[in-house]
Amino acid sequence: MDLNTKFTPETWPAHPERATLEAKNKFVGFWLFLGGETILFATLFATYMALKNKGPSGFGFTTQELYTLPLVFVMTMLLLTSSLTSVYAMYHLKSFNFKKMQLWLGLTALLGLGFLMLEVYEFSHYVQEGFTFSNSAFSSSFFTLVGTHGFHVAVGLVWVTLLIFRNSKRGLNLYNATKYYTFSLYWHFIDVVWVFIFTVVYLMGVVG
Amino acid sequence: MSSVAQKSGFGATLWDWLTTVDHKKIGILYLLGGLFFFVLGGIEAMIIRLQLITPNNDLVSAGLFNDLITMHGTTMIFLAAMPILFGFMNAIMPLQIGARDVAFPFINSLGFWMFAFGGLFLNISWLFGEVPDAGWTSYASLSLHSPGHGVDFYAIGLQIAGGGTLMAGINFLVTIINMRAPGMTYMRMPLFTWTTFVASAMILFAFPPLTVGLFFLTFDRMFGGNFFDHTMGGNTIIWEHIFWIFGHPEVYILILPAFGIFSEVFSVFARKRLFGYTAMVFATVLIGFLGFMVWAHHMFTVGLGPTANAIFAVATMAIAVPTGVKIFNWLLTMWGGSIKVTTPMLYALGFIPSFVMGGVTGVMQGAAPLDYQLHDSYFIVAHFHYVIVGGVVLGIFAGLHYWWPKMFGTMLNELLGKITFVFFFVGFHMTFLIQHWLGFWGMPRRVWTFMDGQGWNIANLVSTIGALLMAIGFTVMVINIIMTTIKNEPVGNDPWGDGRTLEWAIPSPPPFYNFPATPLVRGLDTLWIEKMEGSKEMITPAEPITDIHMPNGSIIPMLMTLGLFIAGFGAMFHQETSWGLGVLIFGLAFTFVAMAARSLKDDLGYYVTKEQILQDQENSKRGRN
Repeated sequence: MDLNTKFTPETWPAHPERATLEAKNKFVGFWLFLGGETILFATLFATYMALKNKGPSGFGFTTQELYTLPLVFVMTMLLLTSSLTSVYAMYHLKSFNFKKMQLWLGLTALLGLGFLMLEVYEFSHYVQEGFTFSNSAFSSSFFTLVGTHGFHVAVGLVWVTLLIFRNSKRGLNLYNATKYYTFSLYWHFIDVVWVFIFTVVYLMGVVG
Repeated sequence: MSSVAQKSGFGATLWDWLTTVDHKKIGILYLLGGLFFFVLGGIEAMIIRLQLITPNNDLVSAGLFNDLITMHGTTMIFLAAMPILFGFMNAIMPLQIGARDVAFPFINSLGFWMFAFGGLFLNISWLFGEVPDAGWTSYASLSLHSPGHGVDFYAIGLQIAGGGTLMAGINFLVTIINMRAPGMTYMRMPLFTWTTFVASAMILFAFPPLTVGLFFLTFDRMFGGNFFDHTMGGNTIIWEHIFWIFGHPEVYILILPAFGIFSEVFSVFARKRLFGYTAMVFATVLIGFLGFMVWAHHMFTVGLGPTANAIFAVATMAIAVPTGVKIFNWLLTMWGGSIKVTTPMLYALGFIPSFVMGGVTGVMQGAAPLDYQLHDSYFIVAHFHYVIVGGVVLGIFAGLHYWWPKMFGTMLNELLGKITFVFFFVGFHMTFLIQHWLGFWGMPRRVWTFMDGQGWNIANLVSTIGALLMAIGFTVMVINIIMTTIKNEPVGNDPWGDGRTLEWAIPSPPPFYNFPATPLVRGLDTLWIEKMEGSKEMITPAEPITDIHMPNGSIIPMLMTLGLFIAGFGAMFHQETSWGLGVLIFGLAFTFVAMAARSLKDDLGYYVTKEQILQDQENSKRGRN
């Protein structure tokens, strides 16, 4: 675990993300963590499905009236594309091209930020229409499920931003390769969760 | 011991324990923390039993009684049983697989501090006079309407402690997957390591639902959510599902490590290889799997319908099969063995009939029709105490006596240990056996008092006297611990003389780097193999002694948790005070700054040099002769 070891593309290991014991531990541990996160989101999904469209008597909101697919479609495209750019970043991680990796990760962060801003717009739009966190069981479960995903996106953005700036001067080494790699795992996970949200919440909400 | 220049004095020692990332020290911290809460929960239990000693008693008020039963259950499960088991896992499991440390020493420390501060948060409710009072299951129909901040303490305190548990679970999993010594295949792992592995996997999948459920409860009570409020479209049954999807696996998270301890104890003191090792491993994994298939048996009377009830009844009874496999394997381990009745072995011997009785009454309730009859009666109380005390607590006491010399380098007194066992064991059966009949006679659980002339008087009196005997037994154990610690007679590597697994191959307590050289594992019961072959050093090294990489201690885990602790108070008071929201934000920011401090400074640890290890070995050899 020497930060000063200098690599070249030739000496850079094929699997830098798990080249040392510490890295291997983080790699396995992070996969397990994502397993736990899957259960967390599964619980949120189950609750949402049980409480969908449920509100006090006279409660006016249904999923059909609330959701608009064009906005959600743009959000989905932004997030899916950001997953693709993070794949390019990992490609450059493996081929030891630090600058290009940073560039693609920067792009990933920008796309993620775009997604998050549209989500903030979506939420504030709902609140203006009177669909707030507190006005029904439906709204509580909607904002908690989609909001938890949005919170994960925000955490990912802070994470990758810190990684990019923190390592900008030092380049790649076996210490931070795992950090970049686990970020990409996390980002893909967020993307997969969003595919489920898109299907279960928005598509099934609009179709009924 | 440590190679780093050490300051002495109280302050330095305190700082050392606050910042430690050594799995053995964290194990001791877990053990001490768990024992502290065990005493607290025990005092609560004693007051409950004293209140029920006679009919129409008014020792405590009805409200205080609700506080007591809620805190007794919550404390014993989350803050006593699990942390004490974590203590053993931390201190022993890495040694059993020949590892230098757990996979994430920093996160290990973080997990401990989250348990400690979460437990503290929960129990500070006593000082506020607003204590959780909706039962340890905190059913939403009760907890939403509980006045004051009692249930808020429950929701936030358990959230913090639960986070720590999840981290510990992932840590143990990765340790076992990645850090086994050369030759330590999965099918050569000691049973305690196996049960740690399966229990950790269960933690990974059981605790996220609890996290979500507690967030829902927090949102509903403190932030205007409507998950459980039926007037707003919510549904209280969701809480029950979420709680038991966590809660039933939790029972197996507690019992599996206890099974692991007993497996070690039986084979060591019968001086025989564990009978049916492969079947034991398979049964452990099967119990782990089935543990997730049965949660709705807690909800037979909710009205899920006969189909759901039937499915969950069958799944529940299926667990008796692997458990039976285990029981017979333990009996057959003793069969033909040369049995030495030490204190740990006494607990193991007492465990088998006690736990079988708890298991049988469990199968009884697994039958949905019978459950309708027994539901919420004292029969249930008797059943789960037979499982938890007759299984988990006896396991904890066995482990405590068995591994005490390894953890502290000195042996608990055997005579006092046996006295403890007799008092505790007799007291336990006296307290809870009679409660089966109390249930049949119609006494509901959770009642504050009962009327005269229902035929419950003598049974309740007997039960309370039994509880008193248990308390005496535990007191003897505390005296034993204090006496042993004062005397502090050092013991050798293998004080029981018949150790079979790797932890007994190194000094007691082990040096902070555990193994001077990573051991080579040549089969199941590694140390036993070396003994049989007459190895002088008791360990065949897998590699020559080299410099060892060690992690640095850190105060950051404690600070991170402190931030969450502060934020918890902010969340609790933000509705009625102007400063609450500020405190919430400050606490979270505090945690975030601590996290950033950890991320921004590269902490690469340090090296113990080869010369220091050789010097250490030389010293310990001289000390032993």
